[in-house]
This record gives sequence, C-alpha cells and structure tokens, in this order.
Amino acid sequence: MNLVTPFEGIGASVKRKEDLRFLSGRGQYTDDINRPGQAYAFILRSPHAHARIAGIETAKAAAMPGVLAVYTSADLAGIGGLPCGWQIHNKDGTPMAEPKHPVLAEGKVRHVGDPVAVVIAETRARARDAAEAVLVDYEVLPAVASMAAAQAPGAPLVHEGVAGNLCYDWHIGDAAQVEAAFAKAAHRVVFETTNNRLVPNAMEPRCAVGDYDTATGEHTLYTTSQNPHVIRLLMGAFVLNIPEAKLRVVAPDVGGGFGSKIYHYAEEAIVTWAAAKLGRPVKWTADRSESFVSDAHGRDHVTRAELALDAEGRFLALKVSTQANMGAYLSTFAPCVPTYLYATLLAGVYTTPAIYAEVKAVFTNTVPVDAYRGAGRPEATFLLERLVDVAAKRCGFDRVELRRKNFISPDAFPYQTPVALQYDSGNYHATLDAALATADWAGFEARRAEAKARGRLRGIGISTYLEACGIAPSAVVGSLGARAGLYEVGTIRVHPTGSVTVLTGAHSHGQGHETTFAQLVADKLGVPIANVEVVHGDTAKVPFGMGTYGSRSLAVGGSAMDKAMDKIIAKGKKIAAHLMEASVEDIEFDRGTFRVAGTDKAKSLTEISLAAYVPHNYPIEELEPGLEETAFYDPKNFTYPGGCHIAEVEIEPETGRVHLVNFTAVDDVGRVINPMIVEGQVQGGVAQGVGQALLEGCVYDADGQLLSGSMLDYTMPRADDLAPVSVATHTTLCTHNPLGVKGCGEVGAIGSPPAVINAVVDALRDWGVEHIEMPATPQKIWSIIHGKSC
Amino acid sequence: MYDFAYHKPATLADAVKLLAADPDAKAVSGGHTLIPALKLRLNKPSALVDLSGIAEMKGIRREGGALVIGALTRHAEVAESAEVKAAIPALAYLAAHIGDVQVRNRGTLGGSVSNNDPAADYPAAVLGLGATVHTSKRKIAADDFFLGMFTTALEPDEILVAISFPIPEKAGYAKMKNPASRYVMAGAFVSKGPMGVRVAINGAGPCVFRQSAMEAALAAQWSPEAVAGIKQDADGLNSDIHGSAEYRAHLVTVMAKRAVAAAG
Amino acid sequence: MPQVTLTVNGKQHTVEVEGRTLLVELLREKLRLTGTHVGCDTSQCGACVVHVNGDSVKSCTTLAVMCDGAHVTTIEGLAAPDGTLHPMQEAFREYHALQCGFCTPGMVMSAVDLVRKNPQGLSEKEIREGLEGNLCRCTGYHNIVKAIAAAQEVMHGRRASVAAAAE
Repeated sequence: MNLVTPFEGIGASVKRKEDLRFLSGRGQYTDDINRPGQAYAFILRSPHAHARIAGIETAKAAAMPGVLAVYTSADLAGIGGLPCGWQIHNKDGTPMAEPKHPVLAEGKVRHVGDPVAVVIAETRARARDAAEAVLVDYEVLPAVASMAAAQAPGAPLVHEGVAGNLCYDWHIGDAAQVEAAFAKAAHRVVFETTNNRLVPNAMEPRCAVGDYDTATGEHTLYTTSQNPHVIRLLMGAFVLNIPEAKLRVVAPDVGGGFGSKIYHYAEEAIVTWAAAKLGRPVKWTADRSESFVSDAHGRDHVTRAELALDAEGRFLALKVSTQANMGAYLSTFAPCVPTYLYATLLAGVYTTPAIYAEVKAVFTNTVPVDAYRGAGRPEATFLLERLVDVAAKRCGFDRVELRRKNFISPDAFPYQTPVALQYDSGNYHATLDAALATADWAGFEARRAEAKARGRLRGIGISTYLEACGIAPSAVVGSLGARAGLYEVGTIRVHPTGSVTVLTGAHSHGQGHETTFAQLVADKLGVPIANVEVVHGDTAKVPFGMGTYGSRSLAVGGSAMDKAMDKIIAKGKKIAAHLMEASVEDIEFDRGTFRVAGTDKAKSLTEISLAAYVPHNYPIEELEPGLEETAFYDPKNFTYPGGCHIAEVEIEPETGRVHLVNFTAVDDVGRVINPMIVEGQVQGGVAQGVGQALLEGCVYDADGQLLSGSMLDYTMPRADDLAPVSVATHTTLCTHNPLGVKGCGEVGAIGSPPAVINAVVDALRDWGVEHIEMPATPQKIWSIIHGKSC
Repeated sequence: MYDFAYHKPATLADAVKLLAADPDAKAVSGGHTLIPALKLRLNKPSALVDLSGIAEMKGIRREGGALVIGALTRHAEVAESAEVKAAIPALAYLAAHIGDVQVRNRGTLGGSVSNNDPAADYPAAVLGLGATVHTSKRKIAADDFFLGMFTTALEPDEILVAISFPIPEKAGYAKMKNPASRYVMAGAFVSKGPMGVRVAINGAGPCVFRQSAMEAALAAQWSPEAVAGIKQDADGLNSDIHGSAEYRAHLVTVMAKRAVAAAG
Repeated sequence: MPQVTLTVNGKQHTVEVEGRTLLVELLREKLRLTGTHVGCDTSQCGACVVHVNGDSVKSCTTLAVMCDGAHVTTIEGLAAPDGTLHPMQEAFREYHALQCGFCTPGMVMSAVDLVRKNPQGLSEKEIREGLEGNLCRCTGYHNIVKAIAAAQEVMHGRRASVAAAAE
C-alpha cells in the first residue's frame, strides 16, 4: 500500500540521514564556526560561593598584549537581567521571589562560577592570560551550600530581600481529603529521600559566537541551544533590547543537550553585545571544568513522603513534602520543574484517590538548577517507585502484586488524577507482564543462588512508571505561570519538481529529526526521504518555534508538520480538481497521488507542485500559486508515555562495587516512527538513569566549593559501567494528537533509577537494608555491608 | 596553559645541560602527566625539554636476572612486550591497565615514575619489585626513590634514564580504580624473588609505600589467606569524595589478597 | 615561534605554533579540520582522538611541537579518497551508534585503533574496556559496542560487509 520503496515511512528503521556528515567529521557545531576577524572571550568567574565585590581593577589586564577589552557589570548599563520563563505562586497566592539574575555580577557573587568580568582578546589563550591580571577585591561572606543550611534560622541570605532564602512555598491537591484517608488507613508508610544533584554534561561544551553587521545593524548569535527562537525572544526582548527582526539566532549542529541547552545563558548575551560594541565577531567556548560551574544542574530534591494503604494494600492517599534547590538564581524554567513537572506526576500509574504535595523552592550559593533529562518526573518516579517497594516490604506485600493491585486499569482512560493531569491512554498491565517475561523475573532466585556461589550478591528491581511529555496546552500552562506558549510550528515547502523542505521549530541535537521527520513526509506525501530536507535551528529560516525538550518534538512538532501536510493536500486537491476537471470533493490523495475517485484519472504530487509554481493552467482566481503551508499546533493535553523497567545487579561484597548485569525496558511511547531511533533514545536514557543511580552525584562542601567539579571527580558512565539493555515497546496510541505519538526521549532516564536502586536494595536484603540513596557508590555499599556485618 | 620555550635535545648530555641551565625548565616525554597539569595552569615552566628524541633512553632488554626498561618506553610497549610478558607478566599486566588506550600510547615509564603521582600504577611495580632507578647521575634503589606525594629523589637536573626490574619468582598486581578518574584508589603489587617478599601499596596513601605486616605474613606463607586478615591502618591515608581513608584501608587488604591470588 | 611540519591525512603542512599549542588546536584552528572535537579539559572524554603514526592519541593532551615529522590521521582522513566510508564508519551508521555526533569522531578513531591492534578479535567485554578513554552521553554505548563488534569482522576480512555481520 505504500508507494515509497523501499519502505521508509512510519514504522521503518531507516538509517539516519544526518549520520554521514557526523561520521566524516563534517558536522558543524558552534565551535566549528569561525567568523572573519573573530576575537575570543574568556569569562572570569567567582572562585567564592558568596562574596561582596569591593572593587574590580581591569586596567592592567586591558593593557596586556592582544587584549581588546575587559568588561564588568559597570559597562553593561541598560542591559537587563536574565529572565525567568515561569512564575509560580505561593500557597497564599502571592508570586514567588524573583531576584535579578545579572549577566555579570553586580556587587556580589552568589556561587562559584558566577561570571564577574569578560576579557576579549585576539586569541583564547591571550584572553585567559589577561583574565589572571584582573584583580577582584572579594569580601568573602558566609555561604549556604545546602538547602538545610539555607533554611537554618539566621542563615546568610543569598539575595537581600528574599527572607529565609525561600523562592516559593507551593502546594497542590486536597490536604483535607488526604488527612481523612490517612485517618482510616491500615498502614502508613513514611519514606524520606534525597534526589541527587546531577551535572548534565552533554559532550559538546556550550559555545556562543556573536556577530554584528555594522551596515545592516543585524545581530547574529550562533549558540549551542535546544531552542534558538526562545533565546531570540528572551535575549532580544528582555536582556539586550534588540527587535526580533534585527536578531538572528542560529543553533547549528548541537552536541547533546539533555535540558542544559534550553536556557538563556549570560555568555550568549555577552558575545552578542560585545560583538556590536567592538565591531568584531566574538567567540566564547566553555572548558569542561567551566561547564561544571556554569551549566544549569539537575534534580536536587529532599523529600518526605507518606503513603496510606488499606489492609489489602490499596493506596488510599499520598502526602509529599519536598524541598527543591534552585541554586543561586532562577534559571529559565527552574520554577516549573519541582511543581508542574513533578508534583503533578505523583499519582504515577496508580489509582491513589487523594494526593497532597507541598514544595518549597530554596535559594543556595550553588549553580542554578533547572530541567535535566526527565525534569521533575524522574524525581517523582524515584520517590513513588521506592516508596512502593518500601511499603511492600514493611506491610508484607509482594512488590509486583502491590503494583498490579493499584494500577489504573486499561479501560479506565481517560483517567483523571487528583493532581490535575488527565491521562488519555496506557496499559500498565501489558508493559509489566512483557517486562517480567523478558527479564525472567520468575527465574531470578536461581540466578541469585548461582551468584552467591560465586561470592556475588545479586538483586532484581522493578519500576512501573509514567511520565508526561509535550507540555501543553498553551492556555493551561499560561494559567499555571508559563510566560510562553507551548505550541510548535511546522512548514512544508513542496518545491516545483516535488522535493520537500521541512522547516521545524523543533531542534535536533541527537534525536535524529532529519530522519524521523522526513519519514513523516514520506509516509504521508509519498516523497522519498532522500528528497526531503529538514531545516531547523535558524530563526532566519524557520518561522518560529519553541524548540526541543520534554520529549515534545514529535508529539508537538511532528503534529504541526502533519497539520501543514493536511493543508498541502487540501490545496493540492484543489489544483488537481482543476487540472482533471473534477470536483474537489471527488479528489482522493494517497501518498503522492491525487486521484479522481472511481476513475483511473490521477496526477502525481510532482505534477501538482509544478502546476502550482508554473501556473499556466491554474485556478488563479481562487488559489494563490505555490505549494507551501505552515501550521502552528497547540496540543490539547500532555502525552503520557509509561512502562516497566527491570534491573538486575550483582554486588562484589569485598569492594562494594555494583555491576549492572541486565536491564529490561518495555515502554509505551505511543506510535513508533523509527524503531531504531526509539531504541537508541531509550538506551541513552537508561544510561543516564543508571548513571544517576550508581555513579553520578554533585558534591559541594560546606563553603560552597564544588568538589565534583571536573570529569576527574564527577563519575560519567563509561562503556564498561553499563550492560546490554533490552528494549521493547508496547503501544497504546495517544488519543489527542494526529500521529498517536507520545515521546521517547526521557523514558529511559525516568523509569530506570528506581529499578536500579530497588535491585541494589534487593541484593542487600540479608542486611535488612530498606533504602540506599543515589548514587549507590562502592564506598556507600561497602559501608552498609561493613557496618552491619562487623 | 602558559607559553613556554620548547627544546628537543638529541642526547642525554644536552638534555641535562638544558635542565641545569634553567631551573624553571621541565623535562617531558609522553606528556600525559605534565600536559594536563599545564592545561589547568597548575604549573608554569619556562621551557619544556622534550626527551623523546634521546636514543639511549629507549628499549627493553634482559640483563642477567633483571629486565631493564628505558624511561621513554611507552606503557603500550611494555604491555605488549614479549620479553616483559615472559619475565614479569605482572608488570605487563600493570602496564596494560594504566589509564586508557590513548594514555598507554603516549605515556612513558620514566614520566610516570618521575612524577610519582600517588594514584599512578608504575610506582607500585618499582617498589614492589625492589627495582633500581638509573638516572643521568646515579643508581637509586626503589626504597630510596619515592619520597612523598609527587616527590622523588631526583634532583632538578637529573633525568630518569631506565629502570632495572629484578625478575621475581612470582608477582601480582590488583587495583581498585576511582570510579570517576579511573586512577588508582587502592592498589597492591606483591612479589617474591631476589629482593625478598615485597608488598607495595599505591593509591591509598600520599605516596606508594611498603606494607611490612603483609610482607612478613607472605614470607611465612605465600597465599591470599595470609594477607586476608591483615588490616591496614587508615591513619594518614588519602580521603576524598570517592573513598574515605577507612574504605581505602579496607581496599588495601582486598587488593593485596587479589594480587597474591593473581601471582599464583 | 616554533615551526612544525607534519603530514595530516596524507597532506604535508608546515605551521607556525606556540610552544603551548595543542595538536587539537593546530588541527582545528590552523588547518580548519574541525571534525576533531574537544569535550573536556582533563583528558577524559576522547572526543579529540586522532591517530599519530598509527596510534590513537588524545590530541588535547599532545603538544603540536611534539608532532614534528609525524603522520596524523583525523576523522576527515578515514574514508577512502572517493568518499567510501571506512568499515567502522559504515558500522556506526548501520547500528545507530551515534546520536548527537559530537563524541563520534574520537570514538570512531579509537575504535579503529582498538580493532587494528587486536586481530584475534575482541569480546563485548573487551570492547567495553577498550573504550575506557571515550565518553558518550547519548547512546549508552550499547550500539557503539555492537558497531565495533561488526566492524572488526569486516576489518579482519571475516565478513564482506557490516550489514552481513549483523545477521
């Protein structure tokens, strides 16, 4: 039935179109861009977590060879602070505290890495040499490096005027209903946990190149961004006062993001501004150690939760109290992460009828924290899936059966949770059963016994999770505090001879959009993917866009393209009707061919596009020439991927080393366009989740120095830390977008951490261990074994 | 990094002359210890004296009951050397597990030993085999060579030329790596041979050291069980976010046990 | 300023550098061979791996002046002159062993060296250990390991193509 041969439409594991340039060294990442006359910026950063700046002496540095300029905040008069894109309201209805986030420190530094001055020179090395000659007179102040320290009575204030370092105190759910349910519960299970702070560490360090055309007055920023239009809006309107029409933002090939490249960062504004000021292009590229103190971090929650169960194990109510670390300033989307991306997920896959959550967001003298792969949903999932295991253990239920008993049943959709979300579809029983079978859950005890004979402690852990993707609709998120719309834009440009250019507001930085999106076009319009080019990442080319994050590209961006293709087909039918002298109602379209129903009269898409651009025989009175359509798609709801992850680990008791030996993921991501790419996304997400569970953790000392400040100290997962991951999908379609897709970018990172920790706890069952905080490092495991056995 | 002058002498004598003439000059061969430090601007040498062109510092040869390895020999060469595998397989094993492939392709024996990073591998073999360090001036016994963290008996204008490893009857090496950096968090090199029974511990303390209680136990009975019950004192050991002194002390025993088992 | 003469991808260059210029800086900034990347500053990530005289090295931890007279191959020089991909490049595409592509050049160059030096063939575990010097944040390594396993069959002449090795 498909005209594209070989089959390369929806459901085909087409090899990626983008691979050739990446494999041959011809990708173009931001640092690969060099503009004529380019100078280099080095950012001088605070070595202190908290200090008053008594003075900055720049003259000596400015006089050094090759130095073009040294700027401090004093030079940035008239330039705004970095804006926050989401406003949360407190329990009492007042808005959150929103202190200024200056581009360069104004009188005070608030975290190690806070930018203080910028040196611009002919070479990178000379800029760095000169930065050492900038003398900053710091009066060091006591710092609050943890949320506990920040909330202690009399704690030093990160921002004068923000009492108690409290950004907001927010809540959701019905507290009275929850208390009533707890009053009649047979079991009450309290659980406390810390969700470890992570450093995203996309392999490409951030980079920005500013350029200014003195003849036209146009600014161009090349930047490592997941959403160039958002950067143009934020930086142009709020920071530098440049009208959109005079500001072009290009995000070329971007080497991974995982959230960290969503936000508008100071360096983008600095190079854009300095390029105009100096009349020279200016490039800044982060060193990796600089990334550790200047890219937004992720996670960092401290939570106390309590679950009420009846005697049979039915969940009656859940109450959750969470503190979320914001760091020293509000990063672009930070406030929404521990609220609308976290607390609204606390029903998970369960029918818990009453839920109440309160969240306090706290300022500390640390790097700002924002969304990192999963953003809020991994924190909610870890909490729930550990809590369910703890409840099973304490109350004597089987951990799998307890989950199954509380699942939302497949026929209960749409399902309204007590925390705002309405799930459209899912089948948690199916993903659970498939995962249990694949992982041979039933055969585990034999494997454990065999491992024991080898001196290893083996454990198995499960997580049944759900997430919300494609955050929307705009009207709803607006009412919740978003200062932006969350639609997406797609343009389909059918060229005269039938090839297609797709312009999308989504941005690919590893996701393979150039292939997946081309497959959508191949499937619907019948154009071979070789003849489909996907353009993204340039505000001068793409009409508008909100970018890629939150697994939204296909569900929102793909749906926009689908709508644009509908418009192409509708217009094509009119042209076809004219050419074949039929009525529009009689024209049918199927993958590249317009047909008069019930006849053998047909025109190809190419014939139609040619007629549209060479309108000699054309209904010119009713129809404009050309064949290009744009659609903005604003979803009706989030999408709700979910599934089941099972991890199996072995522990070396002598050293405490945890080896991941097996991992099974069965995910429902909705309709799968390219199974190869989906599997790759899940593999990568699982690696980051395993990293969070076993390896990664950001450590600050009490003075606010980042002890895990480089790849020598922060454990990045390597090939030999991981094991083969079995990935399968089980599809229920999203009911409210035209493609039926849900999103696959984050499921791996969301479902896996509790599965791994549940497995580690299971491995240590003989020690009576109930919980182990992430990361479960060798030292931590050894301490448990050692402490209990001696 | 800061800029510096660069010299590439062809002879040892010229290299010594260059280092003697400039107290701020530093010797370099593979650069895998020095260049990372330079990049972090932890070091500001006026000049680098590149030893890699000096023929007399190269090669692996058997000299009587010892294996003499030139300072410029790269880790990968030691790991692959049939001579080393035959004479001291534990040394080939150690070299094959230093850092990663790319480190082994550039890093050299002389560079690693001269630097004496507490988390480096080679110092454990040098001390654990009772090797002799040949320099541009003299011969130094391993027991007199490693003085403290990043400190050796080498004088500023003295160059490590080769190391003579006495061939043991048995030797073994085991280590636990720092999960992040993959440097040694605690390691043990054990041997039994012409230099007696020796146990050298690296990674755990500020400098490689001999574990005399374990040596005595192994001298009495060469078996993993002999060291299994011997506890390392945690006092004075390194401590960081990945391993406390207590944890490292525990690992010393585990690694010694594994090293003896590997030695057979 | 010191001068170095080196052959990169078969073409000889003589370049003025500072003593402190790294090989990767010479490649990226002087020769505009931007396929070699810099992903860290502590010699951990391997995005900068190139071949120097046939060995994989981290070009971020190698001074340009130390490469005088050397033969350097970068990712740009791996494919045949007619553009035919090296079996390792082909395998990475076939097995979806890359996502954002940033670590890919270093990963491929390391993998080629690893396979060349182990004609006896590498197990999955050995491949994982052999990649200790290369970080990837996107793929979870799963498909990279599969690609290398397939490529070695072709590089050692045991299979005709990476696709065949997949079956």
